[in-house]
Amino acid sequence: MSHDPAVRVRGVRKRFGTTDALTGVDLEVAEGEVVGLLGPNGAGKTTLVRVLATLLPPDEGQATIFGRDVVRDAPEVRRLIGLTGQYAAVDELLTGRENLKMFGELFHLTGRDARRRAGELLERFDLADAGDRPARTYSGGMRRRLDLASSLLVRPRLLFLDEPTTGLDPRSRNAIWEVTRELVAEGTPLLLTTQYLEEADQLADRIAVIDHGDIIAEGTGDELKDRVGGQVVDILLAEDGDGDRAQAAIPGAERTGDPRRIRVPVPAEDALAELSRIAATLQASGLYVRDIGLRRPTLDDVFLELTQQAPPTAQEAA
Amino acid sequence: MSIFTDTATDAVTDPAVDTAAASGGSSGDHDPRTPRRADAPTPVVRDGHLGVLYFAARDSWTVTKRNLRHYLRQPRLLVFSTIQPVMFVVLFSAVFGGIAGQALPEGTSYLAFLLPGLFIHSAAFRSVQTAVGLAEDLERGVVDRFRSLPMSRSAVLAGRTFADLVRSLSVLVLMVVVGYALGFRFTEGPWSALGAVAIVGLFGYLMSWLFPYLALLVPGAEAAQTAGFVLIFPLVFASSVFVPPETMPDWMATFATMSPLTHAADAARALSIGGEVAGPVLRTLAWSFGLLAVVIPLSVRRYRRMT
Repeated sequence: MSHDPAVRVRGVRKRFGTTDALTGVDLEVAEGEVVGLLGPNGAGKTTLVRVLATLLPPDEGQATIFGRDVVRDAPEVRRLIGLTGQYAAVDELLTGRENLKMFGELFHLTGRDARRRAGELLERFDLADAGDRPARTYSGGMRRRLDLASSLLVRPRLLFLDEPTTGLDPRSRNAIWEVTRELVAEGTPLLLTTQYLEEADQLADRIAVIDHGDIIAEGTGDELKDRVGGQVVDILLAEDGDGDRAQAAIPGAERTGDPRRIRVPVPAEDALAELSRIAATLQASGLYVRDIGLRRPTLDDVFLELTQQAPPTAQEAA
Repeated sequence: MSIFTDTATDAVTDPAVDTAAASGGSSGDHDPRTPRRADAPTPVVRDGHLGVLYFAARDSWTVTKRNLRHYLRQPRLLVFSTIQPVMFVVLFSAVFGGIAGQALPEGTSYLAFLLPGLFIHSAAFRSVQTAVGLAEDLERGVVDRFRSLPMSRSAVLAGRTFADLVRSLSVLVLMVVVGYALGFRFTEGPWSALGAVAIVGLFGYLMSWLFPYLALLVPGAEAAQTAGFVLIFPLVFASSVFVPPETMPDWMATFATMSPLTHAADAARALSIGGEVAGPVLRTLAWSFGLLAVVIPLSVRRYRRMT
């Protein structure tokens, strides 16, 4: 068993009606590795996690967790995994403590262990004061922490975090990140899905970019950013119609979803020089600029680079 | 304090050793010969068929406790769903008593006829609540977590039906109390009275599996509610719950005399106030166990395959 990777996915396909949610995914997570699955809404991240967590059988292909098939050996797989979903899956009417105790019992801890562990986790996740209040009174961040704690009653061999910070304010997000880092430091292998490059970058050893149900790139955060270029010059033009002229005037310029917005990937070491050269070019061609600036690449930039198209917006994906 | 280890025992913790995977058995009792490995506790392990049964029962009980807590945490729901059967006892006996009483044999009050029927009525309608509760669970994320846990696959369904059985029986007791205040009496002795409660409990338990199965087929709490009422209304009214089927038009009487609700109501009635016991009770038992034997495996199978 120790020679089997934590996750091995081979040619997994899943259709919902006429929608191809997964179109032949291959992915491997080694034991002890932290992999970030990065992609926009509707890319197939959650579907893949649900397949791996035995909630959804794949139409085709095979997925194994430490060598156990997620369909055939589902009961064994469930003993190895912890799942924290994007919709905080806690019982609203029960208190935080009752939730943890219940999940502990369902992980087949003894009643006494479940009670003790619930207390420890409440303490550890900063929920001790709120432990005896119903979960429905919790803030989004508290709920997410309780959800994460609920998958840690027993030490999972592999933890799935499905968009753990989507919709959280920065403080709650940092709290989740901090706990996640600690889990990683304690050696818990992790498959994290996220829409945010920064999150994948902060937490994962390796990032797999998923779009339209397929993995389109894999690498470290730096490798992915290098594919975009070290930095990006971001230009906001004054007029909608100026995009073509600006693109013609500046070598390497790319259009974005917004007709007035142009982006130019530039190498990090010459970023400032490139910025002033571009500014001079724009000035010389008589284009009016609302805003121009230098920034780090974002998920949008990685996407533009990898797919040559703007990432779908939330509305399109839904 | 880290997540899996407590500070008091950090010294003996080897982070490279995954004790959760390495050792089975309860960690509640630590072997004094080995230093206590500070780690997340390890699950209880029981193998074989007995182990499967043990965990099915234990997990079902855990989910039952959860659902019973839900009733207590929703006081408004609890109050209204308790008032409703009481209200029915008072209203139906007062409103229909005058007319329906004429169709009854000499010396039988409508209340005496009605109350055992209302036990069945109440159990039938509460099974729609079981379905709605299950549908609501399915719409929330919490069932996803249940399904990702190494727990028994039947526990979510069994836990819900057990909790509803507990609630059904407490409502039944309340209806009897109200009935007694209005002049109802069990005339066949305490064992028959208990038999009536048991037969209603069993039949209610059957119903609380039937409708959730529909909720599994047609997802959505509202759909469960609507579909439930559309099915329950004709079943309850075209039966001996409120009036003897002989008073109905022929086509409906034919249906009503065959209906399992009629058998159950007749059985409860015979055990409460007298009449032929063996036939209705046997038919109710046959229907209940027969349908349960079909619907439980179907529901568990369906629940397992839900996505």
